[in-house]
Amino acid sequence: MEPLVNYLFVSAALFAIGVYGLVTKKNALRMLFAVEILINAANLNFVAFTRYLHPTTVTGQSLAMFSIALAAAEAAVGLAIILAVFRLRKDVDVSEIKGLRG
Amino acid sequence: MIDVAFALLAIITVISAILALEAKEVVYGAIALSLSFVGIAGFFALLDAVFLAMFQLTVYVGAIAVLILFTVMLVRREQWLKAKEGVHSVLGVLVAIIVALGLGYLVYASTITHVTPSVEQAPFTLIGSQILSEYWFAFITLALVLASAVIGAVVLAKLERD
Repeated sequence: MEPLVNYLFVSAALFAIGVYGLVTKKNALRMLFAVEILINAANLNFVAFTRYLHPTTVTGQSLAMFSIALAAAEAAVGLAIILAVFRLRKDVDVSEIKGLRG
Repeated sequence: MIDVAFALLAIITVISAILALEAKEVVYGAIALSLSFVGIAGFFALLDAVFLAMFQLTVYVGAIAVLILFTVMLVRREQWLKAKEGVHSVLGVLVAIIVALGLGYLVYASTITHVTPSVEQAPFTLIGSQILSEYWFAFITLALVLASAVIGAVVLAKLERD
């Protein structure tokens, strides 16, 4: 099997890509993509650490399952918000959506 | 040293994650994102978490990716292209490089580099008993969160015909 570090490096790369997307993108859907990539990087870390450091337990897999279910809920609400905003404003550019700005 | 399957999966996952953010059409981005989810499922399978790999495939590729594709196609107009992309791209790349180098250095400088994989592994049936015994409160809370999220999504996306 691979050494643990390789999984951690892949996870760090995915995390960096997600941060890049969150910083640069103005499109609401792209930001949602970036958040999903971040969550996936975290899940990979959970499972890799459990497999290597506590191979007889499944704690990381349980936590990853919780995390996946939470991500599903987050995606459902996020997409519904995007749809509602699009219907209201005909736009998905987050810098154009200023209705809630103080 | 490096496994062929691992290297292939790493390349597929990272490149399709980049494509998900950088593809010109958002539809292609969504498809690349689901490919990235498949890559993560492959990593789970490599880590002997086969049940979690199946879970990832059904929930992420089967549900979330399809949901995203639906939304993209419902909303798709010129608006996708009109939304300005990469406004702070230099700053974004800089931040990403700093994050990647920082995390990489943390991993590299730790003692984790000496961890060797063990042959023994836990049966995946433990997941169910652990969720229902040790994490029962989180499980119930998650069920409530999911239910309220679904209700909220339906209310938000509901068409109001006056």
